[in-house]
Amino acid sequence: MTDAIVVEGLVKRYGATTALDGVDLTVAEGSVLGLLGPNGAGKTTVVRILTTLLLADAGRAEVMGLDVVRDADAVRASIGLTGQYAAVDEYLTGFENLEMVGRLYHLPKAEARTRSGELLERFDLVDAAHRPAKTYSGGMRRRLDIAASLINRPRILFLDEPTTGLDPRSRLAMWEFIAELADGGTTILLTTQYLEEADRLADRMVVIDRGQVIARGTGDDLKAQVGGQRLEFTLARAVDLAEVAQRLRPLALEDARTDEQTRRLSLPVRGGTEALAEALRLLEGSGIEVLDVGLRRPDLDDVFLTLTGHAAEDAAPADDAHAEPVATAGEAR
Amino acid sequence: MTTLAMTVSDSLTITRRNLIKVKRVPDLLVFATLSPIMFVLLFRYVFGSAIPVPGGLSYAEFLLPGIFAQTVIFGSTITGASLAEDLQKGLIDRFRSLPMAPSAVLIGRTVSDLLLNVITIAVMMITGFAVGWRIHTSIGEAVLGVLLLLTFAYAMSWVMALVGLIVRTPEVVNNASFIVIFPITFIANTFVPIDNFPSVLKTFAEWNPVSAVVQGARELFGNVVPGAPAPNGWALQKPVLYVFIWVAVFLAIFVPLAVRTYRRSAGR
Repeated sequence: MTDAIVVEGLVKRYGATTALDGVDLTVAEGSVLGLLGPNGAGKTTVVRILTTLLLADAGRAEVMGLDVVRDADAVRASIGLTGQYAAVDEYLTGFENLEMVGRLYHLPKAEARTRSGELLERFDLVDAAHRPAKTYSGGMRRRLDIAASLINRPRILFLDEPTTGLDPRSRLAMWEFIAELADGGTTILLTTQYLEEADRLADRMVVIDRGQVIARGTGDDLKAQVGGQRLEFTLARAVDLAEVAQRLRPLALEDARTDEQTRRLSLPVRGGTEALAEALRLLEGSGIEVLDVGLRRPDLDDVFLTLTGHAAEDAAPADDAHAEPVATAGEAR
Repeated sequence: MTTLAMTVSDSLTITRRNLIKVKRVPDLLVFATLSPIMFVLLFRYVFGSAIPVPGGLSYAEFLLPGIFAQTVIFGSTITGASLAEDLQKGLIDRFRSLPMAPSAVLIGRTVSDLLLNVITIAVMMITGFAVGWRIHTSIGEAVLGVLLLLTFAYAMSWVMALVGLIVRTPEVVNNASFIVIFPITFIANTFVPIDNFPSVLKTFAEWNPVSAVVQGARELFGNVVPGAPAPNGWALQKPVLYVFIWVAVFLAIFVPLAVRTYRRSAGR
């Protein structure tokens, strides 16, 4: 299989901070790559370089065999991009947004209109087609944004955190749309902070942290590295955390993680529900008040903790100055 | 498609998009025209009685070309604020990822703001007629007067486009341009004759292109006293030529600079 995307030794600096520190990756044609990492790890920077929005300081990147700097125009004509925040014109209706993008891809007027109609139908926006996008919910805007990036039938699609900020129902719907596109043969590079999302959609994953690739492989590869499941307890009193950790030690694959503030404890275990039952037996008669208990699969935080020794959220973003206002802007909506 | 055809087609698409916003948010146009109407009425009736105009010209005749100029120049800030807004909302990122002409977003923006200025001038002229302003020249000259105002405002739009792309926050664009546009439209012959200005301000006003725009418009609309002595300084004696030189210089500098900044502008 040929590679639709090739990235070699990509470096990007913002002043003194290094956002990308020699990133290599390839995406096979027709496959989905999940680019995983915490906020500020450099995911968006990779996407921006690949979509010709940003120039790298070193290294090279090719999309469909086209250099993203030398053949920028040809690259733009063959890709679709959905950025982190739905870039739709809120004063235009859904239909007008799509028609405008179609025209800017230089589709003939009639074709731009037909294509807009098709995409509105496909993304379940027919009822809202002639309402200004201002009136759309977050999920609808995101769907409109993806529809806009598909108007030219791109063979390669970049999705930068396509479900961040969506409610669970919209997230599931978005996953279905993305899976459908992948089944249709579109090559997709998807960035996400959620292991579950990458696991569900991506054929292969690349994990980056502070601008460097720290792991790559299939979802199973990554989870094998992390191992097992997590038992999670929320206690009534933070002072009991130590005793719970002590009592559950026989079950633990590694040391438990505790958080005084949220009064939570997370313990890597094997054996699923049996481990859960055993844990409850171990706590019997201790008099410790447990508010919540659960079993879950490893998440990105666990992958990070295992691979880097630090949790995803304290990953000290490499392009912090760049990423922080972004996060605030997103939350403000 | 040739580069030129693509630029024209993409610019038209963007212009249309911008005008849809004007249609959907009519308040925009309402307030853009209400404030100059308010200015006309305030200056005409509040200051007009206290501001003497040499040669017995009515203050309304003297004032209106000044108000026209000030309003279209203030209108150019819309260009900067709108581009900053597009940057903030990630739309510029979207446009830059498309295979479109790199100048089209800026051309489309400045052209739609030019059209907005046409509407604004029409509204102000009607208000002007109501308060005693008249055109005393031929239709050709009057049209040239309007073109002079629009051309200068169009060049200012490109200056503001660059400001908007650099500043990136619509509110800041408005405040930043206010502290420049207010002095350049007030230290001029816009509202009062400049003859009694203190010497430094007087020299500034004589060479201020805004004064030339106003002087040119007054001459082309016939709002000057026939046979009055020529104003001081070459700029005000040949105002139309002087304005077009400024326009040419502004466009030659700011069009390439703004397009270059656009191509490198990162969204959020």
